[in-house]
Amino acid sequence: MIKKEMIAMLLAGGQGSRLGVLTAKVAKPAVAFGGKYRIIDFPLSNCINSGIDTVGVLTQYQPLRLNAHIGIGIPWDLDRNVGGVTVLPPYEKSNSSEWYSGTANAIYQNLAYMDSYNPDYVLILSGDHIYKMDYEVMLDYHKANNADVTIAAMPVPMEEASRFGIVVTDEKNKITDFQEKPEHPRSNLASMGIYIFSYKVLKEALLKLSNQPGCDFGKHIIPYCHENGKRLFAYEYNSYWKDVGTLGSYWEANMELIDIIPVFNLYEEYWKIYTKSDALPPQYVADTAKIEKCIIGEGSNIYGEVYSSVIGCGVTVEEGAVIKDSIIMKGAVIGKNTKIDKAIIAEDVVIGDNCIIGEGEDVPNEKEPKIYSFGLATIGEGAVIPDGVTIGKNVAITGVTTIEDYDNGVLASGKSLIKAGEV
Amino acid sequence: MRAIGIVLAGGNNKNMKELSIKRAISAMPIAGSYRSIDFALSNMTNSHIKKVAVITQYNAKSLNEHLSSSKWWDFGRKQGGLYVFTPTITSENSYWYRGTADAIYQNISFLKSSHEPYVVIASGDGVYKLDYGKVLEYHIEKKADITVVCTDLPKGDDVTRFGALKLNDDMRITDFEEKPVETDATTVSTGIYIIRRRQLIELLEKAASEDRHDFVKDILIRYKNIKRIYGYKMESYWNSISSVEAYYRTNMDFLKREVRDYFFNQYPEVFSKVEDLPPAKYNQGAEVKNSLISSGCIVNGTVENSVIFKKAYIGNNCVIKNSIILNDVYIGDNTYIENCIVESRDTIRANMRYVGEEGEIKVVLEKNERYTL
Repeated sequence: MIKKEMIAMLLAGGQGSRLGVLTAKVAKPAVAFGGKYRIIDFPLSNCINSGIDTVGVLTQYQPLRLNAHIGIGIPWDLDRNVGGVTVLPPYEKSNSSEWYSGTANAIYQNLAYMDSYNPDYVLILSGDHIYKMDYEVMLDYHKANNADVTIAAMPVPMEEASRFGIVVTDEKNKITDFQEKPEHPRSNLASMGIYIFSYKVLKEALLKLSNQPGCDFGKHIIPYCHENGKRLFAYEYNSYWKDVGTLGSYWEANMELIDIIPVFNLYEEYWKIYTKSDALPPQYVADTAKIEKCIIGEGSNIYGEVYSSVIGCGVTVEEGAVIKDSIIMKGAVIGKNTKIDKAIIAEDVVIGDNCIIGEGEDVPNEKEPKIYSFGLATIGEGAVIPDGVTIGKNVAITGVTTIEDYDNGVLASGKSLIKAGEV
Repeated sequence: MRAIGIVLAGGNNKNMKELSIKRAISAMPIAGSYRSIDFALSNMTNSHIKKVAVITQYNAKSLNEHLSSSKWWDFGRKQGGLYVFTPTITSENSYWYRGTADAIYQNISFLKSSHEPYVVIASGDGVYKLDYGKVLEYHIEKKADITVVCTDLPKGDDVTRFGALKLNDDMRITDFEEKPVETDATTVSTGIYIIRRRQLIELLEKAASEDRHDFVKDILIRYKNIKRIYGYKMESYWNSISSVEAYYRTNMDFLKREVRDYFFNQYPEVFSKVEDLPPAKYNQGAEVKNSLISSGCIVNGTVENSVIFKKAYIGNNCVIKNSIILNDVYIGDNTYIENCIVESRDTIRANMRYVGEEGEIKVVLEKNERYTL
């Protein structure tokens, strides 16, 4: 009989709409991060490094890139005879067909997958956090407390606590109460969206709440378990953890990698982060180049100047270009003498010569002030920017743009230029 | 493809000096991200050869690590695969491989149990791209018994390191001299051969029965007038790394845009083992000019006209000029290195100075303990 002590269920179906044009064509977990990775590499690597070799990845929104990236799990050593990685999209059933309507609903629809491994424990993860965590230690903690549910939680500054789901605990870390984005938080322990359930408890709750519309872990399953007298514990986590849900936090997390000794260190032998990568040549740095405080991916060609930036694989920065405080993803081309300041340039973007990006006043975006703020210029995957245009701050651009799309060659701060399809 | 492949990767060479202590030539790191044998193996897979044997003997540890999985070159298929043959003692034989022909002869069952009509033999120390399919077409068209891939060396290059060839107008080989003392030939063998499988079995068995063990001396040269041995001229980039100078020059060639374009950007691609290394990191004070930097490197100092392999750490105020820093080297602060090759996994102390000469490249091989510095 097949038996796995603990399996992981990784929620990777969300759009991550607060990442704006970055997630127009890909699900958030598939967004590039840190030069050569994708966000989902972090939880997947954590799984294999923690000895979890059975991972169900629940996909829904724009899964193509994610599917191609995961494949059969070879980069994470998750290609197994028994277990390994399985991509779980929503599927048609004989009497009903529905999308995943909530985080717990997605798990509920895959009870058969979990049953097939006969697990004692199920680890619920989300595919949009940057961190290194040993889930095995968390499982030990779960067992030691004889817990039904263990929730990973980290202390946040009290003044920020009202942005999070807060757990209130007693002196033994047993959870006594929950507060969802409370005005007056009674604790500063924020839930990280990482749960270990004893499988019986999880299954019972999922079945009981199967008719709950949009069944969600935070809103329904956890409160249900709490109300029914289950033993809920908080597992305090004190290392680096970052929710990269907004453009600002995404940019910040990338920039933290270039610190002299980054808090989140990718260069340690221990706890490696794995990713699918091609056999790429080294990067070439030309005579005319200047690079300081950067990380740069394989196969890039740098002829221009790059400062305090995160550059992906296979990027070309032409002579005379100056890039500062920016994220440039895989395969992008930056034309000659183009100046870029504080921008996020997605995969395969082509930027012409003599452009200026990120210049002007920090005025909020007209259409989506909540998404495009932080003073960042964001250019979506595959976009083309013609020669000689000036682009402001808090802008969003997608599609193949031509000089006619720009007002006198200028896209002022706070404007959006969305071509070739909606976002 | 109607051929199987054999890569001869067992050799060592005195001309590699200290660099050969650690590894066979075929495992020498090339161009930042590759090892020498990647080129032969990538050519095999890109030519759709599915079954490849790598024959190793001399210090194969690095090579075996590199070949730990066949998936990097897409060989691990149900049909075919990547085989590594090291010398073994059998009831009939207790010798090491006594030469290239003997190495294949000792594994003759590999040839006998295959069904493909042809065999491509390549050596693991060549840096080149070649479609062996094209050579095979030529081989069939010429009705050759053996086809030897050859190339013209540029003027001034040392022919005496190679097998020197003379061809007639039909490209049949009329003269073949292995590492001649003196010659006026400019065409050399690249160590790549195509031969019909049954013909090879026959020639190897014959040679073995006469106690002859070398493929070049005892088969190619000995049979050059009896068998139809043809040359196939290769016009594209080819370099063999069988000496320190040649190794240095081959790596430095990759600083030229046309060489990089040819190997890195043009189809078909060169495959290698993928290591899970983070992107290269440039800290404040880094100053890099005309250099190749590989993944996992951390650069704090100055690097000029150099090739830095994977996972190298270059300390503050270091100056690296016209040098090759192999994998996983740690270089302490304020160290000056010029015209050197620094051996892999080496640890260089701070405030050191290593200077080689142009034409007399220095191999740096320190045995410092990294964690006691």
